[in-house]
Amino acid sequence: MLHWKKYRPIDWALVAIAVFMPFLPLVDHNGGHINVLVNAGIYMMLAIGLNIVVGFAGLLDLGYAAFFAIGSYTYAMVASPQFGLHFSFWPMVLISAFVAAIFGVILGAPTLRLRGDYLAIVTLGFGEIVPQTFLNLAKYTGGPNGISAIDQPKLFGYHFGLNPLPYYYLVLVLIAFSLIVANNLRTSRLGRAWMAIREDEIAAAHMGINTTTAKLAAFSLGASFSGLSGVVNASLLTLVSPDQFKFNVSITVLSMLVLGGMGSLPGVVVGSALLSILNFFILPQASNLAATVGLHIDFTSYRFMLYGIILVAVMLFKPEGLWGSEQRRAELKESDITKAENAEYEEMPRETV
Amino acid sequence: MAFFALKNVTKSFGGLVAVKTVSYEVQPGQIAAMIGPNGAGKSTAFNLVTGLYVPTSGEIEFNGQSIGGKKPDFVCKLGIARTFQNIRLFAFMTAVENVMAGRHVRMGAMLWDSLLHTPKQRAEERHVREKAMELLRFVKLERHADDYAHNLPYGFQRRLEIARALASDPTLLLLDEPAAGMNPREKEDLMELIRAIRDRGTTVFLIEHDMGLVMNISERIAVLDHGEKIAEGTPAEIRADSRVIEAYLGKSA
Repeated sequence: MLHWKKYRPIDWALVAIAVFMPFLPLVDHNGGHINVLVNAGIYMMLAIGLNIVVGFAGLLDLGYAAFFAIGSYTYAMVASPQFGLHFSFWPMVLISAFVAAIFGVILGAPTLRLRGDYLAIVTLGFGEIVPQTFLNLAKYTGGPNGISAIDQPKLFGYHFGLNPLPYYYLVLVLIAFSLIVANNLRTSRLGRAWMAIREDEIAAAHMGINTTTAKLAAFSLGASFSGLSGVVNASLLTLVSPDQFKFNVSITVLSMLVLGGMGSLPGVVVGSALLSILNFFILPQASNLAATVGLHIDFTSYRFMLYGIILVAVMLFKPEGLWGSEQRRAELKESDITKAENAEYEEMPRETV
Repeated sequence: MAFFALKNVTKSFGGLVAVKTVSYEVQPGQIAAMIGPNGAGKSTAFNLVTGLYVPTSGEIEFNGQSIGGKKPDFVCKLGIARTFQNIRLFAFMTAVENVMAGRHVRMGAMLWDSLLHTPKQRAEERHVREKAMELLRFVKLERHADDYAHNLPYGFQRRLEIARALASDPTLLLLDEPAAGMNPREKEDLMELIRAIRDRGTTVFLIEHDMGLVMNISERIAVLDHGEKIAEGTPAEIRADSRVIEAYLGKSA
């Protein structure tokens, strides 16, 4: 059901920007800008995927970059001189997503009994193990050098080359697809099951929800989105190496969710767009600007300090995120009230309690 | 074969025996109850039935099938639904979403349907929403369909939990202290509701402290004390049982 009155002007602004995006290259001919947007788009897909795991199902995953790595390497191994294989890009988009989904199940299965902090630590471990494995399996993965000269996609005889424009449209299409699928999931039987598990796992199980399969579905579906972005990433850079998938990638994507609002799809879009703009555009520009006035400061190296400041500010002033869901807002507000009530209770003289 | 029966069920936690060789049978179409002082093992018995705990020994039978030690979602699928002593609603889902979530086990949408919102999935969602609204009307909460469960008054939350449990079309409904914290007026309504549930064809098995309510609506009562069943019978028989009086009021000097 649509409630038109519920839409604020800022919602319409977001829609207007989204509608404008396909026409942007007609106005902005700067290839550098387009390249920045492609990178931002890859992160947006990652954020949409992680949101399924963390936002919808409430499973805190700190090793999400592992699936990004698996997606990237899957494509790299079968579409490069590494093994002399040159599989076509398009079916590999689906196959890599599928491979990442399988690894989502494999890495998700041992963590099923864990929750909260414990789950976070184990997934953090997985996030470190996977790039390390790619580093050490040098025979297959090229070790620290990674795999290079990865094939770029071809479409109806058109070669994707160094021009980022075709990638731009590819990423736009994939993001639109991801958003539709993620929204479908949210408003379905499975999405409701995730929400129920997030709210109360025991009650969910008593309503007939198989919590094992529902959680594994969250892990694998979330992972499949990073498989998609992995393929695009590998073919765009024509190079994959283990250092592209370090912990900072997982943290960056998670920060995007926190900034925009966990569980809210517009929030994910806004959060990832803002952090990417900061990351790929504002910080390098600021460094250039500083250089022109004779200051040699590399602002990009202050990236994580800035993330920290932004996240702390969001937590203080808008804990549900810039574009948080109504649900999460209610939840956070409630915990404040509960806290206040508890404080009151504590202050009461013991005899009257 | 019994519709529902506990057969010599025992549950011990380390050295503590919470439920000791309890046997009890519930006939279809009955309103049955289990009573007993605090810590008598009533809730543990429920948790054994719904698969939260695994019995140390003994059998739990439902429709001729042994369900002791089976997972909660499996037990629910077979047709046993429950409510909880300390309400466990999905606090930040709306009332109607809570009931729809309760329908999960009777829905057929597969992963593919959820991903793509196939026509079959959409038809099912519509149907489930209607069914959920019907249940909300049944417990007189239709006006609160779009409110978060958390924001409902206490008595409403209890009724919403019942609606959510009924959504899976159970043949046996377990109510864990449904009248806890209710005022006399709400208790009246609850009794009416429980009778209406039975009249829909669902057998009701409840745990309760409130003697007035239990004696009023139950057809068969088991009394638990220190994990053991000390009496079983009709309300009149229970009222006259000396061991029950002793358990509740203590031995006369």
